Amino acid sequence: MRIETTNGAGGAPRKLKVATVSLAGCFGCHMSFLDIDERLLPLLELVEFDRSPITDIKHCGPCDIGLIEGGVCNAENVHVLREFRANCKVLIALGACAVNGGLPAQRNHLELADILQEVYRTGHGLAEGSRIPDDPELPLPLNQVHPVHEVVRIDYFLPGCPPSGDAIWTFLTQLIEGKDPSLGHGLLHYD
Amino acid sequence: MATAELEDILERHRRDPLQLLQILIELQARDGWLAPATLGALADALGMPRARVESTASFYSFLHTRPAGEYRILFSDNITDRMLGNQALMQALCDKLWLQPGKVSEDGLVSVATTSCTGMCDQGPALLANGRTVTRLTPERIDEMAHLIRRRVPVGDWPPEWFHVEDNIRRRDVLLDHGLAPGAALAAALERGPTGLLSEIERSALRGRGGAGFGSDIKWRSCRDAWGDAHYVICNADEGEPGTFKDRVLLSSYFDLVVDGMCIAGMAIGANKGFIYLRGEYRYLLDRLETRLAQRREQGLLGRNILGRGFTFDIEIHLGAGAYICGEESALIESLEGKPGKPRIRPPFPVTNGYRGQPTTVNNVETLALAALIAVRGGEWFRAIGTPASTGTKLLSVSGDVARPGIYEFPFGVSVTEVLEAAGARDTQAVTSAGAAGHCLAADEFGRRIAFEDVATGGSIMVFDASRDMFEVARNFAHFFAHESCGFCTPCRVGTAVNARLLDKLAADHGSPYDLDEIAKMHRLMQGASHCGLGNTATIAIDDMLAKFRPAFERRLHSPDYEPAFDLDAALSQARRMTGRDDPGAHLGDNHEALAEARPHAQGAHSSADPVSAKDLQP
Repeated sequence: MRIETTNGAGGAPRKLKVATVSLAGCFGCHMSFLDIDERLLPLLELVEFDRSPITDIKHCGPCDIGLIEGGVCNAENVHVLREFRANCKVLIALGACAVNGGLPAQRNHLELADILQEVYRTGHGLAEGSRIPDDPELPLPLNQVHPVHEVVRIDYFLPGCPPSGDAIWTFLTQLIEGKDPSLGHGLLHYD
Repeated sequence: MATAELEDILERHRRDPLQLLQILIELQARDGWLAPATLGALADALGMPRARVESTASFYSFLHTRPAGEYRILFSDNITDRMLGNQALMQALCDKLWLQPGKVSEDGLVSVATTSCTGMCDQGPALLANGRTVTRLTPERIDEMAHLIRRRVPVGDWPPEWFHVEDNIRRRDVLLDHGLAPGAALAAALERGPTGLLSEIERSALRGRGGAGFGSDIKWRSCRDAWGDAHYVICNADEGEPGTFKDRVLLSSYFDLVVDGMCIAGMAIGANKGFIYLRGEYRYLLDRLETRLAQRREQGLLGRNILGRGFTFDIEIHLGAGAYICGEESALIESLEGKPGKPRIRPPFPVTNGYRGQPTTVNNVETLALAALIAVRGGEWFRAIGTPASTGTKLLSVSGDVARPGIYEFPFGVSVTEVLEAAGARDTQAVTSAGAAGHCLAADEFGRRIAFEDVATGGSIMVFDASRDMFEVARNFAHFFAHESCGFCTPCRVGTAVNARLLDKLAADHGSPYDLDEIAKMHRLMQGASHCGLGNTATIAIDDMLAKFRPAFERRLHSPDYEPAFDLDAALSQARRMTGRDDPGAHLGDNHEALAEARPHAQGAHSSADPVSAKDLQP
């Protein structure tokens, strides 16, 4: 598949569109993204952000690159992830939680029903008459937390908790240059 | 447990924290499990942090930090056991005992679960009953076993023929027909002296039989030359590779030759102490081996002043407790030091920094037995057997779809076809040449030769005829590695689990080409990024099967593009139940429809059916 990279008669190169989101994550990977520091400026010469905490756009439109931080812990995560998959040409699992489920997945050895019961009904310090929230506005939690690749097809995995700013920069610039990203020694970490 | 009993065990182990694993094994043998109070008392007595005691107690499969039942039944779950019907037998036993696999019965009487290959592939299906090996399981034996358990008959009083283990030696060559009296090889070695012996080993070009094929003379010389307070010899009898059982036969019926080999290694490297690391699955051999060591001490063939020649060398047997990783030499040494069996960072190698940080040589059982032969007959004699790069003979453990499973001793260079013919294999589809961790050969490769320079093997040859589903073989191996990964490094800990889940996904009819690509990617990743040989080899057979038996995988593909790994709507079941919600927001629709709906109609939108790569982003 090819995309148009010129914009109208002027022939100036079209910027690639990038969307980012944090699902069941801690935004640590996004913070690490900001650690590319002043390189954000040359990056903005090449890309334009669609849905992302940077723009506060609520829904993702057609994009070239989607970065997913965090695993999938509830129904809303599934909807957002599907929206990203449907709209992004290249979808990247960013960081340990997106790649493997990470810290939120530590609840996977417990029954969700037991967790809800203890947190809202039987735990210490709860208000009188406390109950499990059932407002239809709230997304329901999944029985277990899953890595994103178990819900949609993922094109690339960028591991690390978090991946360093340098790793994200290297990965993105290689991708934008049309190379298959590969992080060598020093940038590739799993934990 | 009475304090006096604990004291007795501690005294026998010299209150040495490095004996922790052995102490835990003994405590469990008495109590059936390791209670928190026991671990606490032990930590105090040894002056160790509680966390260190717990880390060892929780690492090994055969140690239980929760009650596991008066009867702990573990079915060997190698693919060869499966081919012999172990799954139906396990289900039958569970049904008769009103049990779920993996759970302890309500009355605390019994639990039934699976364990990795117990090394009885030529006489399976097999199981361990409170650690004791039972072979050749049949529906009748399972029936009677359920009765015996319900009537609380001690395992020691079960029918003795159940515990019978055959050697099943099918072809003998120079090693299995050695004809030497106990100690003869040792006498010959003492006659040659360390330098003379090392030259013979060098001349023989003997290479390690565990599979890696490292030159024995180089290992022994480097160890001898390394500076240290003491040197150690370790006999690696942690024969954990699925499908191999030749070390079991050497220990059962050729033990004197192995002990001679260890003494010879000790003389060569300047050691006075050796260890046999015996896998927990071979616990039934322990008393017999201890007795024989005691006899040898009386006969002047072990201990002080061996054969009156002033050479002192003694041997201690350490038990493993169900951890495949301990076959890796540095993990074995960690385990010997009472710690969890996690491989060390190398270098330094054990030849300079091994047991207790001292120069240590770790050799396979078969290598040591062959060194004893070479001490008598000389290096030239040995080098005339086999191929120039792989000298001598190799013991092959042959199992699976063959008429005569068992041990075959062949000179190196024998073709796979010759082995198959000797074993009476018919209509063979595939052969795994080095257990779960080695290559899988298809029929057009059976002309290849067993040798380090062609088909390298530690000796596990499993044979699959045309009726077998190679997908299920791959899935069995993937689960084996996911269970046995020590968890130290992420590529192996996660990679083995991802592989097992992907293959389960295919088995559950949720497979897609994406999953096959992921398995191939995982192979490349783990080969480069894993900490030790376990992760580096865990995907070799699976990758081979995927390449050579692809239809077995492809016929399980459900979707041309991508399928989620689980039923998304069902994954909200508990939350729906707990909140009482059933509104549309409390459900998740079908993946394909949802993607189509969310997909923009704008020009340039991407169809999820074509995978993209970086170059697709370019003009």
